[in-house]
Amino acid sequence: MRDQPRFLPLGDSALTIEFGNKISPEINKKVNQAAALIQEKNINNIIEIVPTYCSLTIYYNPCHLTYNELIKHIESLDFSSVKTVNQKKNVVTIPVVYGGEFGPDLKYVEEYTKLPKNEIISIHSSCDYLVYMLGFLPGFPYLGGMNKKITVPRMAKPRLSVPAGSIGIGGEQTGIYPLQSPGGWQLIGRTPLKLFDINRDKPFLLKAGDYIRFKTITETQFRQYELD
Amino acid sequence: MSSIKIIKPGTQTTIQDKGRYGFQSCGMVVSGVMDSFSHRVANLLVGNSFFEAVFEVCLSGLELEFQGICVIAITGANISPSLNGLTVPMWKSFLVKSNNNLSFGRVISGCRSYIAFAGGLEVPSVLGSKSSYAKANIGMQLTAETIIEVKTPKEFSKLASRILPPAFIPIYKNEIALRVVIGSHKDYFTEDGIKKFFSSEYTVTKDCDRMGCRLEGEAIVPIDSNIISDSITYGSIQIPQNGQPIIMCADRQTTGGYPKIATVITADLPLLAQAKPGNKISFSSISVSEAQQILRNSKY
Repeated sequence: MRDQPRFLPLGDSALTIEFGNKISPEINKKVNQAAALIQEKNINNIIEIVPTYCSLTIYYNPCHLTYNELIKHIESLDFSSVKTVNQKKNVVTIPVVYGGEFGPDLKYVEEYTKLPKNEIISIHSSCDYLVYMLGFLPGFPYLGGMNKKITVPRMAKPRLSVPAGSIGIGGEQTGIYPLQSPGGWQLIGRTPLKLFDINRDKPFLLKAGDYIRFKTITETQFRQYELD
Repeated sequence: MSSIKIIKPGTQTTIQDKGRYGFQSCGMVVSGVMDSFSHRVANLLVGNSFFEAVFEVCLSGLELEFQGICVIAITGANISPSLNGLTVPMWKSFLVKSNNNLSFGRVISGCRSYIAFAGGLEVPSVLGSKSSYAKANIGMQLTAETIIEVKTPKEFSKLASRILPPAFIPIYKNEIALRVVIGSHKDYFTEDGIKKFFSSEYTVTKDCDRMGCRLEGEAIVPIDSNIISDSITYGSIQIPQNGQPIIMCADRQTTGGYPKIATVITADLPLLAQAKPGNKISFSSISVSEAQQILRNSKY
C-alpha cells in the first residue's frame, strides 16, 4: 500500500487515484472507503466514482471543475481517518446447482485436479469471496479468494454462448456470468439469481466490497427460485 | 403523433443520447453518441434539448419512412442522405411529410451521421438514458419494421430551415491529428516506445466499431502488457501485447487490463468518431490543463 495515494490523469475528464499496485483485500478496502468518503463530500461537478482493484477513478465535468481544483479538493480529505462505515462484512449468499447440465465442466475439473466431485464443491462453497470490483459486463464481479487446489486452465476454445448465472473457474479465479455471453471459463454450476436485472428496483445484485458465499441447492430448488 | 418506420436498419444504426452515467461502478457500459458535437447541433437545429436521443448512422444502409409530419436535421458524416431520391441538405433542419422515404447512400466524408427529430423520440429511458446497448439487451434495437413514435414539438413552423453557419461545420479529412493527454500507465512503456507512438502514423483498421477502434502501424510493445484492471474512458488508448493501439470508444467496457499510453482529449473525440477504416491517425501530446482550456474555449 502507498503511504500517499498517487494522482494520475485519465484524459481531461477523469482522475485516477491509485492506492497500491497489487491485488490485496487491504488495498481494495482502502479504495472502497476512499470512494465512499469522496462520495459523501458531494463535490460539485463530479459525475461518478468508480472503484477498481487498487485505484478509483473520478469522472468529472472539466468545463466546471479543473484537474487542479479537483486535486485540491481530494488533497484536503484525510484518507487515513476514513470512518470504517462499512466495517460490517456484507455477505451475499449465491445458491448454486453444481454439475450436470448446470455445470458441464465439473467433470473436467475432477479429471484435471484429481479431486472427487464432492470435494471440489465443498472447497468452492466453503469460503467467502471478496467482490474486488465490478466490470467487464453489467454486474460482473471480479472475485478473490479461491482455493488454489481447484485451479484449472481456461477452455482452449471459448464457448460462443454461456447461459446467464453460470459459475466458472478460469485459472485461479472464479466468477459468475451476469448475462448470456461468450465465455472461456470452465463451467461448474449455475445460480438462479440474476446478478443484473433491469426490471428490478435494484438492478445490480452486488457492489464492490461485498462478499459472496456459494450454497449448494438442488435442481428442484433452482426451479423454485426461478418461479419465485 | 408522427412516427418513423425502419425499412432497412443498416449495419450499425443505433439510438443514442449523451450516455448512461452513474453505473460504471456496477460494470454498466456508458454508451452514448460517438460524436457529441454533431449530436448537439442536430438537436439544436430542430429545437430539442442538447441531449435528446438521436439516430446514429454508421457508414451504410439506413432507410426509413415517415408516417406523419416531422422536422428533422442531419449532421456529422455525409453519407449522401436523400429524401424520395432527392439529395437533402446537411446541417440544416427541414420538414418531411407522410410517406417520405429517407435513405443513405455513398459515404462522401466522415463515418457517422446523426438524425435528430423535432420533439424527440418516444423511447423508454433505462437507468437514465435512451441509448441502446445491444449486448445487455438495453434500450430499443432497430430492425426492419420497427416503428418509433416522434413526440409532437410545440410549433413546427419556426423549426424548419434553421442552419448551422458554415464556419462551424467540421471538415472531415482522411488524415486525422488527435491531441492526447499522456496516460496513467506511462511507466509501462519505454521512452523509445513513447517517442515512436508520437512520431508514427497509424491506419484505422476494419476492426473499428462503437466499442473500440483498432489501429495498425509502428508497434509499441509495452514493458509489461498486463496491468491490474482499472478504469478506461472514451478515448483511452490501450496497447496490448502486439503493440498495436486500440482507442476505446463509446461502448467500451468500464475497466480494462491493458496498459494505456494516453487518452484523446474531449475536444477531439468528435474527430475520432468520424474516423473510418483506411484513415490515418497521428497523435500529439498536451497537458491536462491545456486540454481543459481547449474544451472551455472551443467554439462549441
